[in-house]
Amino acid sequence: MGSLFHWIVFILTALTAIFAAVMVITRRNPIHSALFLVLNFLCIAVLYLLLNSQFIAIIQVMIYAGAIMMLVIFVIMLLSVEEERRTYKVRLSPAKVIGLVVALILFAELVYGIALRVLPGVKGEFTPEKIAQMGDIKAVASLLFTRFLFPFEVASILLLVGIIGAVILSKKER
Amino acid sequence: MEIFKIQFSAADLKVIAPELVLTIFALFVLILSVFVRRQSRGPLGYTALVGVVIAFFSLFLGIGKEIKAFNGMVTMDPFCLFFKVMFLIVAFLTILASLGYTKREGIDLGEYYVLVLFATVGMMLMASGVNLLIIFLGLEVMSISIYVLAGIMRDDTRSVEAAFKYFLLGAFASAFLLYGIALTYASTGTLDLAGIGEVLTRQAWISSLPIVIIGLALLIIGFGFKIALVPFHMWTPDVYEGAPTSITAFMATGVKAAGFAAFVRVFFYALPNLQAYWTQIMWILAVATMTVGNIIALSQTNIKRMLAYSSIAHAGYIMVAFVAGNELGKSSILFYLLAYVFMNIGAFTVVILLGKKGEENTQLADYAGVGFKHPLLAASMSIFMLSLAGVPPMAGFMAKFYVFSAAVKARYYWLAVIGVLNSAVAAYYYLRVLIYMYFREPERELAVGAFSPSAVLAVIISVWGVLQIGILPSTFLALAQRSVQFLL
Repeated sequence: MGSLFHWIVFILTALTAIFAAVMVITRRNPIHSALFLVLNFLCIAVLYLLLNSQFIAIIQVMIYAGAIMMLVIFVIMLLSVEEERRTYKVRLSPAKVIGLVVALILFAELVYGIALRVLPGVKGEFTPEKIAQMGDIKAVASLLFTRFLFPFEVASILLLVGIIGAVILSKKER
Repeated sequence: MEIFKIQFSAADLKVIAPELVLTIFALFVLILSVFVRRQSRGPLGYTALVGVVIAFFSLFLGIGKEIKAFNGMVTMDPFCLFFKVMFLIVAFLTILASLGYTKREGIDLGEYYVLVLFATVGMMLMASGVNLLIIFLGLEVMSISIYVLAGIMRDDTRSVEAAFKYFLLGAFASAFLLYGIALTYASTGTLDLAGIGEVLTRQAWISSLPIVIIGLALLIIGFGFKIALVPFHMWTPDVYEGAPTSITAFMATGVKAAGFAAFVRVFFYALPNLQAYWTQIMWILAVATMTVGNIIALSQTNIKRMLAYSSIAHAGYIMVAFVAGNELGKSSILFYLLAYVFMNIGAFTVVILLGKKGEENTQLADYAGVGFKHPLLAASMSIFMLSLAGVPPMAGFMAKFYVFSAAVKARYYWLAVIGVLNSAVAAYYYLRVLIYMYFREPERELAVGAFSPSAVLAVIISVWGVLQIGILPSTFLALAQRSVQFLL
């Protein structure tokens, strides 16, 4: 019962996500692309929900669909979009054809490797029942601050490097 | 309800002591740079230098038994010790070479040294991480620092182009690597390298699943981009040419060595069961990388571009040892990288010394007559070029010798033959630099600024390194052999 409902929701969101992704790279107006990107992010959030990751789904909506997209739209509006739109022309070059063929081969390989075969699938310690009992945020936090404490700290250095880089490349006077 | 506690001991911190020291010094330089005046930024570079030296001595804190820290995330084994020393040498020489250069080019910012230190932290994590998560994070810390450093000369369009190109393609390559990691995780259920190896040994049927092979291929693409293997090398010449020369030296040696450290660790430690699959791929990559790198280098007239293609070719030689995969092969990867660090940083530092503000003098024609105007500098450049070409008694010769004998021992005769033919081709463009320096009349007066003493020191250290490794290779080979023992 639940699984059929899951399947329907999954198929619908997955197809919408793919549709939105294609629209992102084919629209001429960057604002339209950005809005389709929001749609894509929201669909991915639903996919996280289907995988019992409520916390990640909320974070996906708040950070990607909310904060990051706001930034993207601000940047598009600050730059002159109109000019970009006029000069944009679709040309078919050999590189694009080769790229398309390689991408299709890669796609076929991934479909063959992932979708058409039985995956070994490893059962982790955090089963849906256990997460339901202890709460999703607590499950994430308990792993993040114990077993994965060190990667968590390294990620903070990564963010710091990103901030330093953004400042140094854009500061007016240095 | 269970209570979760943050648990780590002082022993854990000792394992990452050099990373901690470098991070602290990077933060210190960052804060210091706010308080120093524009004219007196000199001490910032020296502070970073002191940090590198202290980090070197802090390595001794972690030496001892093979231990894993932070729930098996990082380790302190002879393998990563070898690489950490190598990265500290790279950072030391890069900062020495940068001190005068950054001032000349107006990029003597505190952030420059901060990013060099952080990039070194990233490299160290790539070598010491025994979990794919740490290896990926280390790679990103290193890469993002380097993207910024490549574009730090904002007024130079080539520098900005280099940063942008490297950033876009690098982000793309990171996605491949991450996808490879995800597929490996999907099939084995763990990110721990030893755990992956264990699952693939215990359940052999998993290692023949297509998903594992696709993951393997994606991992090769991700690492292959960082170490500039053909056909993932397209960014190399433009980025190496456009980036500040000191950063080019840092990229050509540090990033490449870090890429190989993680590459060797992941493939020989976690995926030895798939060796039959990946040797076939690597064989082709090695031949393509050597040949394409050397043949395109022949027609280069810009010395930075030439060294970029030469660095591609050298990655190809190291891949020969990778394919061989025997004990000598693994230790010769480490040996080759150490030799390559000295000869390449030395060569780029000479390029730095022969330029001045606004005139980089990187065309080969600019080197005409240098042999008589700056005899000692030209002699050092000759030593580096001969070493890169693989002429005895330089370090490059011994490195190539070990790599090719490893290939012969593993019965990859054709690979060894192609490698030797390639080094014969390569000799042409390395020796051409010598011919320009000693046998050509200069077309115009070469304007060279005052030599920075620290860069001269970097050249002297590099010359010493090249000759020491070349004349007394056995000590260094023994070190390299001891470092890879656990991988067997």
